[in-house]
Amino acid sequence: MISKTNNKKSTKLSKAVKKVLGSYQEDKDMLIQILLDLQSMFGWLPRTVLLEVSEQLEVPITQVYQIASYYKAFSLTPRGRHIIKVCLGTACQVRGSPQLLNIISAMLNLKPCETSKDMRFTLETVNCLGCCAMGPVIAIDDVYHSKPSILDLKRIFEAAK
Amino acid sequence: MKDMSNKRLSSVKELEELRQEILSKRDPDKPIITVCTGTACQAYGSLKIYQEFADEIRKQRLEGAVVEAKATGCHGFCEQGPVVVIFPQEICYVKVKLEDVPEVVSATLAQGQVIERLLYKNPVTGEKITKDPDIPFYKNQMRIIFGNNRYINPREIDDYIARGGYSALSRALLQMSPKEVLDEIKKSNLRGRGGGGFPTGIKWETTKNAPGEPKYVIVNCDEGDPGAYMDRSLMEGNPHSVLEGLIIGAYAIGSHEGFIYVRQEYPIAFENTIQAIKQAEECGFLGENILGSGFDFRVKVHRGAGAFVSGESSALMSAIEGKVGEPKMKYIHTAVSGIKGKPSCLNNVETWANVPHIINKGAAWFNSIGTDNSKGTKIFSLVGKVNNTGLVEVPMGMTLRQLIYDIGGGIPKGKKFKAVQTGGPSGGVIPERYIDTPIDFDELTKLGSMMGSGGTVVMDEDTCMVDTARYFISFCCEESCGKCIPCREGLRMLKEILTDICEGKGQEGDIEAIEDIAKVMQDASLCALGTTAANPALTTLKYFRNEYEAHIKDKRCPAKACKALTSYYIDPEKCTACRICFRNCPTEAIHGDKNIVHWIEQDKCIKCNTCFEVCPPRFNAVRRISGQPLPPPPAPGTKVIREKKR
Repeated sequence: MISKTNNKKSTKLSKAVKKVLGSYQEDKDMLIQILLDLQSMFGWLPRTVLLEVSEQLEVPITQVYQIASYYKAFSLTPRGRHIIKVCLGTACQVRGSPQLLNIISAMLNLKPCETSKDMRFTLETVNCLGCCAMGPVIAIDDVYHSKPSILDLKRIFEAAK
Repeated sequence: MKDMSNKRLSSVKELEELRQEILSKRDPDKPIITVCTGTACQAYGSLKIYQEFADEIRKQRLEGAVVEAKATGCHGFCEQGPVVVIFPQEICYVKVKLEDVPEVVSATLAQGQVIERLLYKNPVTGEKITKDPDIPFYKNQMRIIFGNNRYINPREIDDYIARGGYSALSRALLQMSPKEVLDEIKKSNLRGRGGGGFPTGIKWETTKNAPGEPKYVIVNCDEGDPGAYMDRSLMEGNPHSVLEGLIIGAYAIGSHEGFIYVRQEYPIAFENTIQAIKQAEECGFLGENILGSGFDFRVKVHRGAGAFVSGESSALMSAIEGKVGEPKMKYIHTAVSGIKGKPSCLNNVETWANVPHIINKGAAWFNSIGTDNSKGTKIFSLVGKVNNTGLVEVPMGMTLRQLIYDIGGGIPKGKKFKAVQTGGPSGGVIPERYIDTPIDFDELTKLGSMMGSGGTVVMDEDTCMVDTARYFISFCCEESCGKCIPCREGLRMLKEILTDICEGKGQEGDIEAIEDIAKVMQDASLCALGTTAANPALTTLKYFRNEYEAHIKDKRCPAKACKALTSYYIDPEKCTACRICFRNCPTEAIHGDKNIVHWIEQDKCIKCNTCFEVCPPRFNAVRRISGQPLPPPPAPGTKVIREKKR
């Protein structure tokens, strides 16, 4: 399944996966927790990682893929260097987050869930960031910004290279 | 206190000795500055402020015996964050900035002087309020579950023990039999705080009596309702209170293994829970032979992976097993057959946190709070178009008006209150005419909504009710696991119809179709997500049918919120060419020049509402138009009419 040219890379990958599995005593019940750790390690879940987990944990790839595609925390495509999360929780919603999303979408020429071609930004929407007092709120690389104006946004996006 | 923490406590006597030792080292008159580091305050930069306080105290040589800085969990008054409270005087400073820190240390901490400008100002009377218990937001609350948050560093078990923590556990384990603990909870009439409102004692008893070993107990901290964050703040701010309740419950039920399921979006709650478990193990509140009672109990923490439906009990248990979190048909309750087919008792964070209080103060005390069928207090997350956004704990039976006006401080910018949405995506909207309804499990259900887990979103005249329904339906549509057809297809169809109505493509018969689909979903869905998902649509239809009709028949959005039905227009007679809207428009849709009346190029306008918001109220030139033809733009180069230039 893995070609020879990728051998070096794949041993590295296999070690990384092994380490994560080890921290959960290779317990199959911990599959979700294992994938969460791998997701934060790689930023997304490449196919090779899923195959490696399936092989080492002795869980069918269909089951691994089922989990990885069901839960929102997992991404099966690469994400940009900067993740923009626009909160669409109810409190932000009534305070105008759809308009804010519109503005950001127009400024970056990205639709929600899209990543820019230069891999600089990924635009995501989330259901609640849990700081409703700041609404409408956005988080860029987990730094929160309350009610950003257009000028704030321009500054923030420029700072994120 | 680290030396004591290394030693497992093996009796009640040792716990009391430890408590006395902690207290003896604490001078009640010593100034302590607590900085709220709940999620909202952290987002405002409160961690830096806390660090600055610690540094400044060192710099001014006040550290050690003289003063102390403490990072606590959420105080609840998120609107005014970062919030800082100085004990013992309880001086409360709001919206504290980094620059304020040296002055607070030198003036207030060292000399006890109050800094006027940092105090909370009552917006109604203009009066400055020094102590936080006197602030109307706090004064009208009853903080039992949430009250300890402001005293406790959630990562220090000593702080919890100093406040009397784990005394309920020692009482339950050593002075009561499991049956007595269970009876006390049954007598207290505690009902599940996660939304279902099922009697907790009966649930415990079911698991206790169910055949099969091992039995599991679970904390549900998969708080998925958008706009609700009470569980997060409890789990982050006072994890030991939840843990103590869980251990007591396990003892009553006869369980030796527990799980705490924390939403993946709550990293701080996850870390603090791990830390709390570690410290509780070191002190002997977890593990073997707890406090010398012979009772063993262990806890594991699981992170969710982002699925709203995983908060449903059977789905959550599947997720704990490492499987896809889909609900199962519950011919047999999870209390009887849950994790791996074993009896599993799942309660919400807030429910567990009530348990130590009931054991300490008794069922009779608990019964003295609340209404006939809903006892105790409830934490609400009061958000949306309300002045004092935050977390509030009130006795059951308080009216919506008291909650929104006395505690919440009413609606901002003098706008008109329209409705309040309770119960999250499974709940509904309650219009102004029912604002004097007491809040408890039964009263809100009668109105077609529910109390749910405590999300309370206030809406004003600018909120469109059809759009609100569309919002919740699309939320559920995205979160439906797709296992059963009524929920999956019903939501998809409802979403299509509601989106069409919002976009001005509504047709005769749409309202009836919504009602029909909702009925099928209520009758035939597999789990509570599906059976309740249509509630937001049904309640908005029940109370705001006229708004639906305006959208469908007149192609008009009365709240002027639906993009497709609203246009923006600059009144040429009012525009003074101040250039503010021109500069703020994200799509360069506004044209004009100095002294030349501005106008909006409709094709470029994305209706982001920015021009409407930035136009100074004294000009009030930008208008939102819905259901009427748009007046033509002014002739190119039309000059501004200046009246009586001074």
